[in-house]
Amino acid sequence: MSVLNTPNPDAEDRGVEPLNEKSLRAQDVQEQRLLLSLATPAVLAVIAIVVIPVGWLFYLSFTGSDGQLSLVNYQKMIEYKSYARTFVTTFEVSILTTLICIMIGYPLAYFLAMLPERLAGFFMLAVLLPFWTSLLVRTYAWLVLLQKNGILNDFAMSIGLWDSPLKLVHNLTGTLIGMAHIMLPFLVLPLYGSMRKIQRDLMHAAANLGASPVQAFWKIYFPMSLSGMVAGSLIVFVLCLGFYVTPAVLGGGRVVMVATQITAILENQFNWGAASALGVVLLVVTMIILTIATKVFKLDAVLFGKR
Amino acid sequence: MNWLKKSASDTQLTHGDRLWLYIIATIVMLLLVIPTLIVMPMSFSDSQYLEFPPSNWSMRWYYEYFESSKWMRATVTSIQVGTLTMLLATPMGVMAAYALFVSGHRASKLLFAFLITPMIVPVILIAIGVFYSYGRVGLNNTIFGLVLAHAVLAAPLVMIVITSALRNYDLNQERVARSLGATRIKAFFVITLPQIKFSVVTSALLAFLTSFDEVIISIFVSGGSNATLTKHMFAALRDFIDPTIAAISTIMILVSTTLLLATQYISSREK
Repeated sequence: MSVLNTPNPDAEDRGVEPLNEKSLRAQDVQEQRLLLSLATPAVLAVIAIVVIPVGWLFYLSFTGSDGQLSLVNYQKMIEYKSYARTFVTTFEVSILTTLICIMIGYPLAYFLAMLPERLAGFFMLAVLLPFWTSLLVRTYAWLVLLQKNGILNDFAMSIGLWDSPLKLVHNLTGTLIGMAHIMLPFLVLPLYGSMRKIQRDLMHAAANLGASPVQAFWKIYFPMSLSGMVAGSLIVFVLCLGFYVTPAVLGGGRVVMVATQITAILENQFNWGAASALGVVLLVVTMIILTIATKVFKLDAVLFGKR
Repeated sequence: MNWLKKSASDTQLTHGDRLWLYIIATIVMLLLVIPTLIVMPMSFSDSQYLEFPPSNWSMRWYYEYFESSKWMRATVTSIQVGTLTMLLATPMGVMAAYALFVSGHRASKLLFAFLITPMIVPVILIAIGVFYSYGRVGLNNTIFGLVLAHAVLAAPLVMIVITSALRNYDLNQERVARSLGATRIKAFFVITLPQIKFSVVTSALLAFLTSFDEVIISIFVSGGSNATLTKHMFAALRDFIDPTIAAISTIMILVSTTLLLATQYISSREK
């Protein structure tokens, strides 16, 4: 605590250490430790639920079926085509979802950032309502909307967009629609936050100096909103990589992502080594992306509002 | 339509020039909200196939839900687990956030990053890891095991909410109290806590909802008579479209909307 850290001004004037300097400092250190110990329950819980179980999986991934240390689980991943396909699908779905989110999320965030704050708070409910609604409920809603005789097909056929019902669900299309819907708030919230911080005077100045609205947007506004967009996109991308529920339900077994594959291996073969190895690869990829992101883009600054 | 000609931006655009933006934003907002809302009227349909608008209204699927011992048992479990998670995660998160924020210790930044890992590690990995470890110690299918795992997922959210509340709070007030003779604990409960209480309530609601809506860990770790609502719902979704789910979804939407509006109201009070 800074109160305790501040040296006694009198003592400094006279150039001598106060007699109790040492014990004061010791007390200070003790107090800090005592304070930190308040975090102990949380630390222990994370160790019990994340560190030990994930560490255990890590160990299992390097264990063959005979219980000996081996790389067999990782070799399989390279040899079998089905694994490669899973990774390609996972990246494909994650990248496409992120792109869709940027394309429809940017205009929305821009719109919200242009509104007066009270009004923006009201319209923000449109983003927060789905954000707070159970992911399972939203996935179910899309299942109902997109099915063969669902509302979307009925509506499109009644206004003549297409003649026979399109297959919109239990495939990649359905998965992307559902995932983009679920991920959109994760992009819009940080993007909106960074847009709010942009000083509107800058646009004014640009216009004053002769920039057309389009020029002012692309040269001034867009570059300044990039940090929020990158942060949001990274969150969306990383969350997509490990997604399970939506692809499992809306993909109908045709969109096999890493998480789906992991559960399939456990359910069908009960092969903990293979499932763990896939999980470890997923974790490592996630960590690499996040580490680079925090280094390059100062992700935590955008996420936690630090400068 | 005078409004369209009014200046809208700092670059002298009028609202008319911006019309395309308003249209796109409206469409996106409708796309965000409608899919969740449309389930509500559909749940009152009489038909086996979900229609919109329903040709015959009925409460059939609600009866189905409330009269099924399977769904009722699962609902009770979910509420129980959610409440216990809230009671565990909130104090745990508040204590950790306070400790890390106030101590200013070198390690606190690192500890914060560590405590937030449950948000970063893919949940599927936590789920199968916990399932495996619980298998060894016999915690699978127990309420305690599920609550512990959910609390670890919820605690980071509590920490983020509380840390940002502490950032807007002047800690000197606590120092004043202590210089007047209050102990640290007393200073926290009498001075600090009342001023961040709205954030504490918000974070508690978040913790409840995190557990109540959680699917993946519940699928693996809960089971038997302690299976959660989401576990049964997920199983039902994979097999066929059961209209009972529409009724349950409607109830869940009402629960989360109520909680959302409560937090919005609370945060407006705090300002």
